[in-house]
Amino acid sequence: MERSVEALERDLKSVRKYYGSGKTKDASWRESQLKGLQNFIVEREEEIVRALKHDLGKHYVEAFRDEVGTLMKTLNLATKSLKKWMAAKEAKLPQIALLSSAELVPEPLGLVLIISSWNFPFGLSLEPLIGAVAAGNTVVLKPSEMSPSCSSLLATVLPTYLDNKAIKVIEGGPEVGELLLQQKWDKIFFTGSARVGRIVMSAAAVHLTPVTLELGGKCPALVDSLSFSWDREVAAKRILVAKFGACAGQACIAIDYILVEKGFSSNLVSLMKVWIKKMFGENPKESNTIARIVNKKQFMRLKNFLTEPKVKESVVVGGSMHENDLFIEPTILLDPPLDSEIMSEEIFGPVLPIITLDKIEDSVEFINSRPKPLAIYAFTKNQTLQRRLLSETSSGSLVFNDAILQYIADTLPFGGVGECGFGKYHGKFSFDLFSHHKAVARRSYFTDFWFRFPPWTLQKLQLLEVSYNLDYLGILLVILGLKRSKRSLS
Amino acid sequence: MLVYGTITMAGAESGSQKKVFDAEAASFLVKELRESFGSGRTRSYEWRVSQVKALLKAVVENEDQIVDALRSDLAKPPLETVVYEVGMFKNSCEVILKELKHWMVPEKVKTSISTFPSSAEIVPEPLGVVLVISAWNYPILLSLDPVVGAIAAGNAVVLKPSEIAPASSSLLAKLIEKYMDNSFIRVVEGAVDETTALLQQKWDKIFYTGNGKVGRIVMTAAAKHLTPVVLELGGKSPVVVDSNINLKVAARRIISGKWGLNNGQACISPDYIITTKDCAPKLVDVLKTELENCYGKNPLESEDLSRIVSSNHFARLSKLLNDDKVSGKIAYGGEKDEKKLRIAPTVLLDVPQDSLIMGEEIFGPLLPIITVNKVEESIDVINSGSKPLAAYIFTNNKKFKEQFVKNVSAGGLLVNDTVLHLVVHTLPFGGVGESGMGAYHGKFSFDAFTHKKAVLYRSFAGDASLRYPPYTDTKLRLMKALIGGSIIGIIRALFGWS
Repeated sequence: MERSVEALERDLKSVRKYYGSGKTKDASWRESQLKGLQNFIVEREEEIVRALKHDLGKHYVEAFRDEVGTLMKTLNLATKSLKKWMAAKEAKLPQIALLSSAELVPEPLGLVLIISSWNFPFGLSLEPLIGAVAAGNTVVLKPSEMSPSCSSLLATVLPTYLDNKAIKVIEGGPEVGELLLQQKWDKIFFTGSARVGRIVMSAAAVHLTPVTLELGGKCPALVDSLSFSWDREVAAKRILVAKFGACAGQACIAIDYILVEKGFSSNLVSLMKVWIKKMFGENPKESNTIARIVNKKQFMRLKNFLTEPKVKESVVVGGSMHENDLFIEPTILLDPPLDSEIMSEEIFGPVLPIITLDKIEDSVEFINSRPKPLAIYAFTKNQTLQRRLLSETSSGSLVFNDAILQYIADTLPFGGVGECGFGKYHGKFSFDLFSHHKAVARRSYFTDFWFRFPPWTLQKLQLLEVSYNLDYLGILLVILGLKRSKRSLS
Repeated sequence: MLVYGTITMAGAESGSQKKVFDAEAASFLVKELRESFGSGRTRSYEWRVSQVKALLKAVVENEDQIVDALRSDLAKPPLETVVYEVGMFKNSCEVILKELKHWMVPEKVKTSISTFPSSAEIVPEPLGVVLVISAWNYPILLSLDPVVGAIAAGNAVVLKPSEIAPASSSLLAKLIEKYMDNSFIRVVEGAVDETTALLQQKWDKIFYTGNGKVGRIVMTAAAKHLTPVVLELGGKSPVVVDSNINLKVAARRIISGKWGLNNGQACISPDYIITTKDCAPKLVDVLKTELENCYGKNPLESEDLSRIVSSNHFARLSKLLNDDKVSGKIAYGGEKDEKKLRIAPTVLLDVPQDSLIMGEEIFGPLLPIITVNKVEESIDVINSGSKPLAAYIFTNNKKFKEQFVKNVSAGGLLVNDTVLHLVVHTLPFGGVGESGMGAYHGKFSFDAFTHKKAVLYRSFAGDASLRYPPYTDTKLRLMKALIGGSIIGIIRALFGWS
């Protein structure tokens, strides 16, 4: 795709014209696009996995588990549910028959822009795309330039499976992003950092374009002192895979840091040491089960976290970093200072601080004194603590005894609150996100209330009041002169 | 009409001299409300119900004062005030009181084999501290309706009423101070400066009703703090009038929705009419007759019509009438009284699409009629402009009706009447495109101020090793089978047969 403003505007104009033809509103068009996406994922699985390996060093199974498999699941659901989602929903009418029918009709917004991130380049590009297309929109997708092979695969191969008049993939970095943001869209869906999120929303404000921002934050995992060893092992495994096994911690819903009671921390650390070995082998770098850091800049950012002396001292597991391979081994810190950079910024890497507390209940206050996170993970069977977390903390999602899994639950909305963003998707929420639910009401020519029209009299006032209060009996009484109002019209 | 620099901070430091409400004061206010919110009191059903009841009481007990305030601000006929401002608000409160318990209950959702075993629910929780900025045309309703929704959802609220309706603004400040829990609900009166100070703060949601220009300012300010917004804006709501319909009924419904609503100064007011060249003269005749029936021979004097809110808006509307392109097009009305800020119901026929009156939202008692050859052309006319808040169509032609509903995008559509869809609380009220984003009324109000938290419960039992490294081919096959959802596939993978 050319980068000049004129060429871009020309392309967008033709896409809008195509949208105006009404083609994308047809169920058959939407089904064909979903099928096209399905074919892309199935036929090109190898290339997708290879691109992920190239850009991020992801293992085949990780790539399948987190991106390919999840997309297949979503496409199955969308294909199966499309007709249901597209159907108008009847709105219950109050008893008084002012209207004869009312319904909510979902319709596409028009031309939408999807800007995705580098850590799950296929997942974060195509999950929203599925929603947008199922809802009947035309789409421009801008994948992240920081995962270039993936971006290129999306730009060159994906279009051969889809209707190019309606769906375009535009590659590029911040300059291209800026160019795109200057245009008028009917919706912008952005996944990325808060800093860029602000830029996106400000640009959208100029055109009054609604946005969805999927940002990040520091997702805490609190670990209660679990009494059964089976539970402790499962908890440790789930934590490890939700940190080091998810793009090496470079995921918005990865566990950022752990909260645990002082008495339990050494138990937890030893358990994690054992399982790190079992999962990632004696030499994690060679075992290829952990993804790489995406680029030098991010690598240096992570390296710098550990240059603070007190932070460096707190390393209890791992710590070795290989700049040439952009590899950082699973690293665990025990009680780094709370005012260190690693405890104030989203880590987005395979370094896991453990913060110890006197009582596990203190974690509620700890979490609440910080910005709302995208997810809170709580490994506990204590129902009181569970209830407290449920009602006293706020986050995009809350998961008990596991982590990251909420990403694949189609019936749960996926999105943030506060600094981690707003708007939600996945499952039907994706369809709704890219739809306008138009209120359509109908009236017949009969049943008009003569008291709707001026000149105004006291009786009309009474009648209007009772009818708006949906009070049939009241109307009858007023008409019969049996109900008097205390007010006057002067 | 604009009141610069005059502020009252209801509930704060009473007795002390009035200070300027600047950014520092705004920041202090937000901090105070956040601390209150942090106490957790708004989470309880009892607190929310008590506040909704208190607000309802405030309105019911002071209905006369409300009627007076609106008479002062807009010369609004008491009946309009009672029905629309008070009546509709009462209805909102009643819906909340009846349904809130259900709305607050977490929604259990099904989970699939991919997260087995698990259970999940969606839990509604308040956003925190929210800002409601309202408009001048329905100053009571557009202030209290969003506010009561925010309270029902468990938030702390700051309301900034419009300074262009000063009597209503000061009445709202007085009532909220007197009836509501001031640790959580406050009013800040003022104009541009005070609004700017408020917009600089970090809110958990901003709900704005007004025009697109200020809507952009609000969203830009919100962007700095990543604050989600609801913008209830406006647009040119068209009315398409087909032939072969009961013109008298249609005309009366158009009149009721246009001049019966604050004399055309409403966001969902029928803005302009599109009809066929054949139909137009008949429509004009019927409108003339019915207008006279409603407002008499001297509508400029009619007490059943609101006045124009301010001299600024009066000048704006006069300009639309003075446009060369519409000279000679006035079919009815056109009388003005600058001193009293009154403009009579005016109908213009055959207005060119490039006239001033067709270039902006009218928001006044002027009703232009555009004529087309075939009524189907109206769809293209409407779609050539920006998406309006409402679109109305009067027709008996089923096919045309379906076409219209399918092809015209607007916040809401109403067939064979005007405005009434607003009254039904099971329909969301909001715009699309330039007419706004987000919606409210009924449960939609509750949802607008709620965060739907996803909660997933997992147990330690039934842990499948296939999620964890080391990654093996077996695990991969099993995963693929699980995604495929076929039991046979899963069994085969487990046994290494696929």
